[in-house]
Amino acid sequence: MREIDLSVSIGKLKLKNPIMLASGTVGYGNEISNYTDLSKIGGIVTKSVSLKPRKGNPPQRIVETASGMLNAIGLANVGLEAFINEKIPFLEKVNSTLICNIAASTIEEYVECTKTLVSEDAVKAFEINVSCPNVKEGGLVFGNDLKSVGRITEKVRAVTTKPIIIKLSPNTSDIKSFAKIVKDEGADAVSAINTLVGTAFNIKTRKPKIFNVTGGLSGPAIKPVALAKVLEISRNVDIPIIGIGGIMDWKDAAEFMVAGASAVQIGTVNFINPNAGIEIIDGLKEFCRSESIDEISKLTASYIL
Amino acid sequence: MYIVNAPVNEVRKIQPGIFLLKAHCPEITKEIKPGQFCNIKVSTTTSPLLRRPFSVCDIEGEYIFFMFNVHGEGTELLSKKEHGELIDVLGPLGNGFDLDGDYDTAVIAAGGLGAAPFPFFTRMLPKNKNVLSFMGGRSKSDIITYGLKNVQAATDDGSFGFKGTIIDLMNEKIDVLKKDKIKIFSCGPNPMLKALKDFCDKHSFEALASTECAMACGFGICQGCPIESSEDDKYYLVCKDGPVFDIKDIKL
Repeated sequence: MREIDLSVSIGKLKLKNPIMLASGTVGYGNEISNYTDLSKIGGIVTKSVSLKPRKGNPPQRIVETASGMLNAIGLANVGLEAFINEKIPFLEKVNSTLICNIAASTIEEYVECTKTLVSEDAVKAFEINVSCPNVKEGGLVFGNDLKSVGRITEKVRAVTTKPIIIKLSPNTSDIKSFAKIVKDEGADAVSAINTLVGTAFNIKTRKPKIFNVTGGLSGPAIKPVALAKVLEISRNVDIPIIGIGGIMDWKDAAEFMVAGASAVQIGTVNFINPNAGIEIIDGLKEFCRSESIDEISKLTASYIL
Repeated sequence: MYIVNAPVNEVRKIQPGIFLLKAHCPEITKEIKPGQFCNIKVSTTTSPLLRRPFSVCDIEGEYIFFMFNVHGEGTELLSKKEHGELIDVLGPLGNGFDLDGDYDTAVIAAGGLGAAPFPFFTRMLPKNKNVLSFMGGRSKSDIITYGLKNVQAATDDGSFGFKGTIIDLMNEKIDVLKKDKIKIFSCGPNPMLKALKDFCDKHSFEALASTECAMACGFGICQGCPIESSEDDKYYLVCKDGPVFDIKDIKL
């Protein structure tokens, strides 16, 4: 039997397989490379980088919930300059596709970051984080405002010809309108979903369990919500979708592709099994073989409603 | 660093509420040092979802020991593991205690389950060093002496040993502590470590502190476990930069 073609296209971005490591769950690649062979991964999305370094939130940043976790890291990152000088040299040696996630507090900052990174050959695409729920300014303030998301897309589009992926917030009742506006403004793809806003309390102290009061919920608990958002975009807007939300194994990844995703990102599972990406790729290959699918891209949006 | 499906040999209750789990884990036992930890997945389902960090309590050939108490769903499951059941162990993680140095006596200062890393530590201490172990807790049942030498206990309610905190007790024994060249090795709740930091500042004692923080991955990718640097405006990560720090370097 001939080899199964695992490669996928997300607009003009080509990946050798549909498994990407989600931003904020792989740092800048060096630590996780002790546990997994990154060269086998379809794409690596780096931790959100901002123009200046960000210290992040005080502890407690993380709390476990039923089949999920809340995090409020606060976009801790090394800043653009250190990212270019200290992090890219490692990442460019890894034979995967590097996608740089950008976070910002103003539209000008998104543009500035993108402009600076455009000349980095190692960076193959940008993922624009308009939906971080854990910082006071920027983030979700943009992510919930249709006009802002449109404007960020337009301004970032103007400074790069590299693929632009807009990471959408699920904390809205109308995700398809966001997908529509970023498509109209020239984005190549959307990734969906970012984390859901949640909280948890200690019932004795009556205090929130995380410093930031609310955090972003991720993990298997959010998978059904994420699948519904992917499907909503897929049925209404003609734009490539990268599915994210609680993927733990190859079955979850296949489910996202069926629901409309061209590729998927895995996040929380990396914390538990840092080799999950490769196991998922192997599982998907086996699934395609058993289903007589010669090209994995044929799974995308193959739902029958 | 390894991810190992380790068969449990036994889970033994060493005193009320305190368990010792023994698992066969040769990959990790040949590398791990006192003060390092492992991140353990206690079930194969998504409940509980995350791994749980445990410092290495001791090793014996190819067997590794973890000491824990039952304080939640994860440790409850762990306490019920039967012989032959597998646990998913990721490690060794973190930096561990630096046992070297120009000192004659290692002074252990531990609160409650902060005793966990010290049986291994005590065994690995160079032969020419003495050891003095200050163990604190709220009451008698919190005092752990397993695998320790020369124990001096302090309890808040006075039900065992000295009545007060271990820092109070160390203040009482300050003449003994000042007689030798000492290095303090500590592990325990943050308020205890904070009091110890002040104590060490006052007397110019060198001290290492093993710290604790909620974390997901245990090796630096989740950024979930910050601890503030005492000098620069930045956070260290407990998992990767620690869990053991020079007590001077961190804000407690």
